[in-house]
Amino acid sequence: MLWEENMVSSVTRLAAGLAAIAGVASLSAVEPVLAQSSVKIGYALSRTGPNAGGAAVTTLPNYEMWVKEVNAAGGLKLGDKRVPIEVVQYDDRSSAEEAAKALDRLITQDKVDFILPPWGTGLNLAVGPILNKAGYPHLASTAVTDRAPELAKRWPNSFWLLGTSAGASNTLVELLVKLRGEGKIGDTVAMVSVADGFGIDLSAAARPALAKANFKLAYDKTYPVGTQDLSPMVNEAKALNPDVFIAFSYPPDTLGLTEQARIAGFNPKIFYTGVGTAFPLYKSKFGANTEGVMGIGGWSGDSAAIKDYLARHKAASANGAEPDRWASAVTYASLQMLQQAIERVGKIDREAVIKDLQTGTFDTVIGKVKLENNLPTKHWWVGQWQGGEFYGVGPASNEGARAPVVPKPAWKAP
Amino acid sequence: MSPTQIAALAAGGAGLVVLALLPFYIDAYYLSLSISLLQFTVLATAWGLFSGPTRYVSLATTAFFGVGAYTVAVLGELLAWPLVLLIATAIGALMALIVGISTLRLSGLHFVIFTFGLAELVRQLVIWYEVNKTRVLGRYVFVDITQSDIYWQLLALAVAVFVIGWLIARSRLGFALRIIGEDETVAKHCGINVTLAKVTLFTISAVFITLVGAIMAPRWTYIEPSIAFNPTISFQVVIMALLGGAHRLWGPAVGSIPLTLLFEFLSTRFPATSTLIIGIVFLLIVYALPSGVVGLWERVSRRKPEPPVAPQVQA
Repeated sequence: MLWEENMVSSVTRLAAGLAAIAGVASLSAVEPVLAQSSVKIGYALSRTGPNAGGAAVTTLPNYEMWVKEVNAAGGLKLGDKRVPIEVVQYDDRSSAEEAAKALDRLITQDKVDFILPPWGTGLNLAVGPILNKAGYPHLASTAVTDRAPELAKRWPNSFWLLGTSAGASNTLVELLVKLRGEGKIGDTVAMVSVADGFGIDLSAAARPALAKANFKLAYDKTYPVGTQDLSPMVNEAKALNPDVFIAFSYPPDTLGLTEQARIAGFNPKIFYTGVGTAFPLYKSKFGANTEGVMGIGGWSGDSAAIKDYLARHKAASANGAEPDRWASAVTYASLQMLQQAIERVGKIDREAVIKDLQTGTFDTVIGKVKLENNLPTKHWWVGQWQGGEFYGVGPASNEGARAPVVPKPAWKAP
Repeated sequence: MSPTQIAALAAGGAGLVVLALLPFYIDAYYLSLSISLLQFTVLATAWGLFSGPTRYVSLATTAFFGVGAYTVAVLGELLAWPLVLLIATAIGALMALIVGISTLRLSGLHFVIFTFGLAELVRQLVIWYEVNKTRVLGRYVFVDITQSDIYWQLLALAVAVFVIGWLIARSRLGFALRIIGEDETVAKHCGINVTLAKVTLFTISAVFITLVGAIMAPRWTYIEPSIAFNPTISFQVVIMALLGGAHRLWGPAVGSIPLTLLFEFLSTRFPATSTLIIGIVFLLIVYALPSGVVGLWERVSRRKPEPPVAPQVQA
């Protein structure tokens, strides 16, 4: 390795710096001169930094599995021949600036044919203008933003598949209204939320929705990211004896709150936690105690397509890892949509592919998808663990929605 | 002015014109890379303005950078761009004054730790305010500023930081600071108002860093505290300035350019292990080059009879 052998001499380090310039410059000299012998697909994901965990569970396994599957079938079907996918990938180090630079590099240096988006709301927004300017389709499947409709208008090449935080909160409140109407719950709600993007947006949308539906918000507390001791909040909420407990939480607190509620014997009729409830980790940690727990996300666990996807995901991951029950399937579906759009167009014509994504109907693991104004019309917002699977229960009008189990069964000793 | 000075000035002017015309001739990626280079050059030079002569190691770069970015996130869509930059300048200066007056009496090590904590403190304050007052976290920056505009603003800022740095070095303030850096007690006995000198320079340096944050913000569309107050920026800037040599005005730039290119090269070629390699490079710089490339160059050129180390042939 050039770097390690000569590190000691500072003069050579300067030379190494120059070599780096030459290395970067030489990238531009590598031009694809051959006819379309491969479809170049590029992505920059957070392999390091705070976003690495999310990207490693939800995004990377799906990208890798999709590429493997497409190439095993001979490649993408362009006209009457199959062309294999070639991947160019970078680490954005969880930084918006690095993500922007990596995408500029993919577009102008590597000249990739298509780009798969980064993980998370912030990075998807950071790369939005770049993909828009260069005319690449942008299928954001891990971004939850209330500005999704506005962004889709601003950048017609962008598709916001995971929905808005208002959608998440409103669906939850609709479900509560329905259950109250059936006499299954009363109207006292305790809510806690993490003081970060997700918790703030969702609680901000839930407060007016709950008030409008005449729920009594008996407890409303925000806690900082990384709070270790969650027992005071759980005990305070328990003392108020609410019918519904809502936590707009992040994975560590989702696990912590569930554990504390179990220890304190706090068993409201509805127990809802945030990001992480849909993770396979949640099931492996709480086992039978997951029964009846509600959370954000969910999928049509009874559908053959989802069952098949789950099996393939387990087989494709090195350690048999399961996908999460929320954005994973949406991410995989976004790749199927891209593939179907490319194959329908039959050539590398990004403008036509964008057009097809805007207007076409797609057959995916999450069912038939037809976008309206670049947004899906259906999302799973409320899921519930039932018999070891996290089924979508809200909106109730979704195909494959299960009836919620209310009241939640009592916690068992682990 | 002597003929050599005129020639140097003319060369500098010509170089500047070339740099200013660059966005018309390069593609989006090289523009991106040039923006990175300019960003770190201004940050490292501004850092060196204060930390070079005083030898106080500041890890507050990201605090000021983030404040600049956040100013744009809050006001970017409401006010005209020059006004936003002006307000960012004022906020950066005010914060530097408060921080400077309250902490620059601390000795070296305490100052390092304080500045490291400052970034986290400001980040938590922003979060607290957004959570409890505005109830939004994550702001959108939709302003009509192209990548070329960002480049030109950074270029102008780079010129400004060098001109001001040059002027300071030739002023009474610069002289006072060099004495403070050598021995603060001696400086006090010479009748130098040590605190005033340090706070003034700290504020000038912080204003430049704040402005870089403000100018860069429109590049990301979306700002939240974890994006704006990214602690790695503080460390990168320190290491760049150390590689170049912080005791000369142009030293940090000598470090920022090769290191930015090196980081870029590593994340292109070794995406999975680049962070590890960067860590090793950091260690090597601190151990092998305590006074930077500039310091080494000065040592080598002073030792005339001994020929400089011959560069090894690359494998």
